[in-house]
This record gives sequence, C-alpha cells and structure tokens, in this order.
Amino acid sequence: MRTEIPREELMLSGHLACQGCGGALAMRLALKALGKDTIVVIPACCWTIISGPYPYSALDVPILHTAFETAGAAASGIRAALDIQGNTHTKVLAWAGDGGTFDIGLQSLSGAAERNEDIIYVCYDNEAYMNTGIQRSSATPEKAWTTTTPEKHPKLGPKKNMVQILAGHKAPYVATASVAYPEDLINKIKKAASVFGTKFIHILAPCPPGWRISSEQSIEVARLATETKVFPIYEVFNGEEYRINIEPKQRPVIDYLRTQGRFRHLSSADVEEIQKRVDYEWKRLLQKAMIEPFSA
Amino acid sequence: MRKVLMGNHAASYAAKLSRVQVIAAYPITPQTQIVEELSEICANGELDAKFLKVESEHSAMACCIAASAAGARSFTATSAQGLALMHELLHWAAAARLPVVMVNVNRAMAPGWSIWADQTDSLAQRDTGWIQLYVEDNQEVLDSVIQAYKIAEEVSLPVMVCYDAFFLSHTYEPVDMPDQADVDAFLPSFKPEFKLDTDNPRSFYMLVMPDNYIELRFKIQQAMDRTLHVAADVDRQFGKKFGRSYGICEAILCEDADYVLVTSCSTTSPARIVIRNLRERGLKVGLLKLRLFRPFPGEEVYQHLSGKKKAVVIDRNISFGKGGIFADELRGALANKKDRPIFYSYVTGLGGRDITTEALEEIVLEAIDSPTPESNIIWKGVKI
Repeated sequence: MRTEIPREELMLSGHLACQGCGGALAMRLALKALGKDTIVVIPACCWTIISGPYPYSALDVPILHTAFETAGAAASGIRAALDIQGNTHTKVLAWAGDGGTFDIGLQSLSGAAERNEDIIYVCYDNEAYMNTGIQRSSATPEKAWTTTTPEKHPKLGPKKNMVQILAGHKAPYVATASVAYPEDLINKIKKAASVFGTKFIHILAPCPPGWRISSEQSIEVARLATETKVFPIYEVFNGEEYRINIEPKQRPVIDYLRTQGRFRHLSSADVEEIQKRVDYEWKRLLQKAMIEPFSA
Repeated sequence: MRKVLMGNHAASYAAKLSRVQVIAAYPITPQTQIVEELSEICANGELDAKFLKVESEHSAMACCIAASAAGARSFTATSAQGLALMHELLHWAAAARLPVVMVNVNRAMAPGWSIWADQTDSLAQRDTGWIQLYVEDNQEVLDSVIQAYKIAEEVSLPVMVCYDAFFLSHTYEPVDMPDQADVDAFLPSFKPEFKLDTDNPRSFYMLVMPDNYIELRFKIQQAMDRTLHVAADVDRQFGKKFGRSYGICEAILCEDADYVLVTSCSTTSPARIVIRNLRERGLKVGLLKLRLFRPFPGEEVYQHLSGKKKAVVIDRNISFGKGGIFADELRGALANKKDRPIFYSYVTGLGGRDITTEALEEIVLEAIDSPTPESNIIWKGVKI
C-alpha cells in the first residue's frame, strides 16, 4: 500500500540530534502520521536532549518529560486526565528508547499494556544506551560491541523479543517498523491511532556513533537489517494474528553485520551462529504468520 | 453529618469530598482501606474520577504527576516501602510544581518487616520539596486532606498528609463529614495556570542548563516560604467555614510553662492527658503539637518555646547517626535564637511500640529532674 507522507512538519529545525539519527527521523515521521492533536511523553533517552534545552522545544506538540522508567505510567496518567476532562480525541504518544522500554521501563509499560491504556507506545530502538555513551541494553544484539561489552567480552545472549512480550499482554496492536520504510512506518502509526487500547510500535533506529557507521549509511543499514531478516517488519493483532509486511531479500546476515564497526570483531563462526539464530527466528515468525504450515 | 470512620476511610472520604479526578495507587498495608473505599466510591459513581490500579507505587506517582500536568486533580496514598520506592518521583512532583496530594500512613521501614507505626518513612523524604502535615486524629485526617489541596494549588507544590499506622489508620472515631456544597465552596475546581495543551504546545520538565537550574530551586524555596502563611491562612479559612482549625502547630498551656513537651501525630493525644495530670500536680508543663513539618515553622515554634527552661521532644523516628528528627529540626531552627530551651530528645515507640501516658509522664519527670540531657539521643523503652 502506498502512502502519501504528510507535508506538515511537527518536528522543527534546531533539534539536537546527531546527523543520521534514526530516532530523530522516526519522530519526524510519527508526528506526520499523528498530527497536532498529540501529547508526547519522553522518558530519559536521546530524545531528552534532542528536543532541546529550556527554553526551546523542537516539537510543535506538547511534551511531558518524565523519569526514565515511567513512560507507560506517565502516558496512562495523561490519558486518564484527558478522559476525565472529556477529551478523548487527543492522542498520547509515549516515546522511549530501548533502555527505557526493554530494561528500566519494562514494568510500567507492562502495567499500561495489562490495563490496556489507550496510548501509543513507540520504542525507537538504537540497540544500546546511546545517550550515555553506548552501553549495552537488553536490546543490544548478540555479540555486538558496546562500551560495557568490549570486544574481548561482547554481549552474550540474543536481543530480548519485545514484540512477543507485548503480544503476550494481548495488546490490540503491536508492530515493528523501520526508518528505512517510512510509508510502512506512517501507516502503522496511523493504524495504531485508529485502534483503542495499548499500541506498541518497535522502530529500528540506527545510531551512527553507536553502531560505528557513517551518518549517510543510516537508512541503508536499517534496510539491510530487514533484507537480511535480522529485523523483520511485521505486525501482531490482539497478540494472536501475525502479519509480515515486508518481504525480505535472500541476503545473508554478513551483508548487514559488515557494514557496522560494532560487529567488526566477529569471527566467521560468530557470523555463522548469528545466521543460524536469524534463520530459526525467521522460520518461527513464518509459522506464527502461518505463511508456511508447521512441518514436523 | 457525623460518621464513625477509621482513619483510612476518613482519607478516602476526604479525597471524594475534594473531587479528585485521577487516582493512581498500589496497595500496601496499612494504607489499603483508603484505596479499597475509593474503589467502591468510584464504582458506585459517587465520584467522577479515573482510578488507575497501577503496578507499583513508582508508577502511581508517575501517573499522578502526568495527570496533574494535564490538568487533573490527582490523589494517591501509600506507606513506608511504597513511599521509599516513589522517592525519585517525589523530587519530580515537587520540582515540576504540581499540586499532587498524597496520604502517607506512617509505617516502619524494613528490614525487619514491620507494618506498625514509625515516622522515619516520610521524614526521610523531607528534602524532596513536598509540604508535609503530621496529623493527630481521624477528623484531622479528613480536614487536612481537603486543606492540602487548597494549599497545594495555591503554592504549586505537592502535599503529603501523614498519620500513624493502626493508631489512626485502623482505629474508628466519630468524624464530622462536611457537606459537599461547603467543600466545593471552600475548594473550587483545579484550574492550573499551565497544563499540557495541544493548542499551546510547550515542553514540560525539559533539560535545564546550569544557567537556569538554580533559579528553579530558588523559586521552590520561595514557594515554601509562602506556604508558611498560606497553610496558616487556609487553616483559618477552614475554621471559619467548618468550625475546626488546627494551626500549623498547636500550643497548649505553653504561655506560663517552664517545660514544654513536643509531640506529633497520634502521640499528641496521650500527651494532652499527661500535661493535664502534671499541671494538677503543680508542674508548669505545656504541650506543643507539631503539625506542619515542611516548610518548618521555625518562627512560630520559637514564639512558643522562647524563654522556656526545657523542651522535651518525642520522636517516633530516627536519623541514624544524628537522632530524633523533630528534635534535630527544632534545635536547628532555634540555633541562633536567644532564650531557647535545653532540648531533651527522646527516641521511642519505633516500629509501633506503644507510647503510653505513663511512659510520657516518666519522660517529662525525668527531663525535669536532670539538669542537662544525658546525651543527644535519649532512648526510652529499649529492652537491651
């Protein structure tokens, strides 16, 4: 489905994002999808800085900055306050990084999802604590370098599957998206706005300094993540119905990994192990989407 | 209308009478009946509020902060461990200048696990920027929560109303319930100067550089200074309307006293009996009940303690390495004052042990008899 990307800009110039920041582009697109009748909740994350210091704001919508672990709860509080004042039309957008979602904010997100608060929760995932200087989070991919997972002791274990966690809450709408596929991203934010309850969108947002790529590579690398099936683009309805939205190319993970300095220490055995896991996860996703029948 | 209410239900009805719009809470003994009753009140449609049964006290306070920033009158209640979990957000609510009101049922901190009365939980939050009231009986619980909203919304700071676990929370007393119309006249609906508004998009609580931060803190202190007058004034207005007022502190028989017993919360009730008995024996003993703790009413306290020989302070709390917290605050507030009394700081009743009239009488007589305090902290009733 083709989508007209709205011309209206609610993210303004003068923001403080790094060049090529996936998180900045994701916000720009999300607000184009939602429009002015939106309140944004930002816990501690890169966007705490990107939106600008007092007395500036890079967004033309209200922002509530809140503590690191509270995006789900703060968004719930705003929703409740708006509802009790008779305003059911303004959309509440919680906008958190992977640290604030996968790690410290997981509890309040789970609480909000369990209560099925009528909010849109976006995790812009740059796969580490980038704002504090590239420390590992539970969204950091297996074997990646960060400042707390040095090459001699890279990150152990796979990335946490947040989509599955939210699907486990039976959230009405859960999806992945990527800044490399802006039309899909905008469609998903719009779809989220049309559904009642807790919507969760997991957006892959490349971070040039953290991923050790140059800023003009952001979109290319994000696209490779999907083409190599490392980051499939799909959606889950009511925790049950899976739908894959972008058909990946038949490309090996090495095409994705070798673009980034954070993976440069990987041995061919490491790459093979990652390939196996990606293949397995892709097969599991196909089964969930029932594109292929389960074969014994 | 008079009803027989436990302290916790007095808090619930006060929230209802204050027409709170958003409640977010997590259950913890001995606070639970507050939220249970409010759940019933909301479910019955007696109160038009959103009640979020959140997954932690931390989220309860985050909800209240956000709801208040979005223009709704917000309420929560907690105790001890729950309050400690909120600590980060207590700073946030105050520095965000949001008039959230919270009831804290004073309970001892673990370990060892204890659900009984002890004020260390809320006194440990004294530097967060919250206004704190420590109240004596169930009527004062109800009246203080209503007053708290009036104060909070006038000075744009959150208010914590604190009372003792079980001695008040689970004890039934007759309570006069004001008419809703009278409360509405006393406490109009919440109309914040600023709120999250898509027609006037602003960024709230953003990054602040060193060039601006200290000014924000200066303004919080200014608001605290103003609170001393506002709290007294709100209490007077409340008195005119409802016939009950409490002062920011209460001095009983202090004018001609040589010795003043200083108490807070439910300990004040037995202390009232003790000073009457001692007066009958010819001892010039007065009583000072501390009610407003933040901001600390140093000048008013000084007026009552100036020229007295001794002040005997009862603390059901302790700052380890320093001593009883009320005593310490009093010493600090009067440090540069002439004619200040000698302070006798008694730490007793921690973790809910009874502070009886007999124990209080013994403490006062012991302080009168000893020319100087035996130490900065005098422990009473420790079985070691």
